[in-house]
Amino acid sequence: MPSESFTSRDGMSLPYPSPYQIPDEPLVTIQPGKSWVPVNLRELWTYRELLFFLIWRDIKVRYKQTLIGAAWALLQPLLLMLIFTFFFSRLAGVKSAGAPYPIFAYAGLLPWTFFANAVTNSGNSLIGNTNLITKVYFPRVLIPVAAVAASLVDFGIASILLVVLMIYYRTGLHAEVVMLPVLVALVTLLASGVGIWLAALNVKYRDVRYALPFLIQIWLFASPVIYAVPDRWRWLLALNPMTAIIEGFRSALFGLPFDWLMLGVSASITLFILAYAAFAFARMERSFADVI
Amino acid sequence: MKPIIKVDKLGKRYRLAARQASYGSLRDTLAGMARAPLRALQRNGESAQPFIWALRDASFEVTPGEAVGIIGRNGAGKSTLLKLLSRITQPTTGRIELYGRIVSLLEVGTGFHPELTGRENISLNGAILGMSRREIARKFDEIVAFAEVEKFVDTPVKHFSSGMYLRLAFAVAAHLEPEILLVDEVLAVGDSRFQRKCLDKMQDVGRQGRTVLFVSHNMPAITRLCPRTILLDEGRIISDGPSSEVVSAYLSTGLGTTVAREWPDTNQSPGNDIVRLRAVRVRSEDGQLSDALDIRKPVSVEMEYDVLKSGHLLVPNFHFYNEDGVYAFVAHEADERWRGRERPAGRYISSAAIPGNLLAEGTLFVGAAMSTMNPVIVHFYERDAVAFQVIDSMDGDSARGEYGGPMPGVVRPLLQWHTRLVSEVNQSETAHVGEGTR
Repeated sequence: MPSESFTSRDGMSLPYPSPYQIPDEPLVTIQPGKSWVPVNLRELWTYRELLFFLIWRDIKVRYKQTLIGAAWALLQPLLLMLIFTFFFSRLAGVKSAGAPYPIFAYAGLLPWTFFANAVTNSGNSLIGNTNLITKVYFPRVLIPVAAVAASLVDFGIASILLVVLMIYYRTGLHAEVVMLPVLVALVTLLASGVGIWLAALNVKYRDVRYALPFLIQIWLFASPVIYAVPDRWRWLLALNPMTAIIEGFRSALFGLPFDWLMLGVSASITLFILAYAAFAFARMERSFADVI
Repeated sequence: MKPIIKVDKLGKRYRLAARQASYGSLRDTLAGMARAPLRALQRNGESAQPFIWALRDASFEVTPGEAVGIIGRNGAGKSTLLKLLSRITQPTTGRIELYGRIVSLLEVGTGFHPELTGRENISLNGAILGMSRREIARKFDEIVAFAEVEKFVDTPVKHFSSGMYLRLAFAVAAHLEPEILLVDEVLAVGDSRFQRKCLDKMQDVGRQGRTVLFVSHNMPAITRLCPRTILLDEGRIISDGPSSEVVSAYLSTGLGTTVAREWPDTNQSPGNDIVRLRAVRVRSEDGQLSDALDIRKPVSVEMEYDVLKSGHLLVPNFHFYNEDGVYAFVAHEADERWRGRERPAGRYISSAAIPGNLLAEGTLFVGAAMSTMNPVIVHFYERDAVAFQVIDSMDGDSARGEYGGPMPGVVRPLLQWHTRLVSEVNQSETAHVGEGTR
């Protein structure tokens, strides 16, 4: 065996003795299958700085390549709000529960735009970073997570307009607003779950890339962004986790009662999707470099 | 001494179909192309073999502070080994134990973004390669100075020249401080002066007691940097020992540079039921098989093949790569007598003469292929079928003239230079004129 012929050199003085102390246990053991646990939280923690850099890169690059930069984050929901107000409120006479339609629409568009962008960006994030995946190791899940986090920055910017609208329409602040951070966390988790899963699927089946805009479109109509949830279809719409989130946003902003049951269903579905996505991702992750 | 890397019966199997669908690097794509025609045949035929072992039963240990070279022909499994060690891809069999922090450098500038400035890319690339933010900040000035891009640090790298870009990318990588460094052929960047600087830097890394695994086709660099070398062929370790011995064995046994290769068993040779390759050879001007060829003299490359079925338009073609894996050129058969003419069954030898004073010095790897054009069918493509060395004896009559240093480029044609004196300034005469006016 070639390796044996070399181990006989053991004990020979090496040209440059290493100052490095060899630990008793290997830092990393690489073997087929088993060694990679579904989610290695400790490893993720050691890579937190890289996550920060990936988020920073996504934001920086996005705004460097565009003419009006961060204003896009504002413009996208604003224009949609104007269009929706004109078509759905003025022409179609869609009812808005308890608030003027523009702010009603914007309160729905704000979480929706974040969700749609986050899912789209993270769904396409792995195939957009092929060179990283084939050339360097780090937990791959950081890529779609960074894409979601970068979209969260846009969400922050777009929220400024919401504050302006709330002042303009004198909606005031209600105690329910304390639920807002919880809802933001929930929509972030949901977007991460869906995004992570689609990102992994996209590596293997590029069809995802083309199906994604279509999926987002359908999901928009299945969510109460444009309209308020009609009582008759409430039970069905509750199965869409975005329903409770969007309605929750409006409740928090306009001081309306929360539908706790629906929120609970939404949170459960979100956690299930996230857990499933993490598991599916870990399973597919092993072959990313081979198939991407 | 305890090892820092322990590799035990490591194997990696690729599913051929998966590789065909891959969107990998150019090298992978080309390797895939090379196998594609064979694969199509195998699928139709009985000997369907959907897997290939890129690496098989590899076992070795590396002690801390060692610098180990990894050599072998293209496709021998070198890059697969590095990818397994750096956890980019998962092994099919076996086990690796790493007792130190590992950083792999399979490409310079991984994650560089053209829109970001030099400064921003240093931070990003450093983070991707595993440096902490503090570490990056501490080494920032050193990196910029090493790359010699001080003035352009705040310019987006899309405005950088390719040389500056590569220098910056390498500089970041060169300042990593892992316990184990894996390097794949990245030194083939920049001009020769910068390459030397990189080699020196690598040597420093070794002196600091770090462990280095270095994959390269550059044999002088291997022997200079690494006391020990592992030779891979067809996915297996076939030699492991002191670099000087392994490298000279590699060069002499013809694993790396075979000037003639023959396939005595027609059933095993590259090809299909229309045409099969029998041999590929390199001959010098006097018709002798030779692996060291004078840069000034013509070289001929020939392939011998059996046409098994008449009635096909066949075009033999050769593909030339230099030792850096750069595709130098392709040559399709240009023999008037066979243009548009179907070949009757029989044995053929097609040879192509490469004129003298065309190739650059170094090793050339020759791929031999047989194609049918319109629509394109590749009957066989034997990558790296043969290889030969082009040597300049430095007599002063080649394109390098009297210059003795390294010269870049994949070709080095001797051009028709013409220099004439347009008007003479006679110094003694001007001196006279000067005297006369006084």
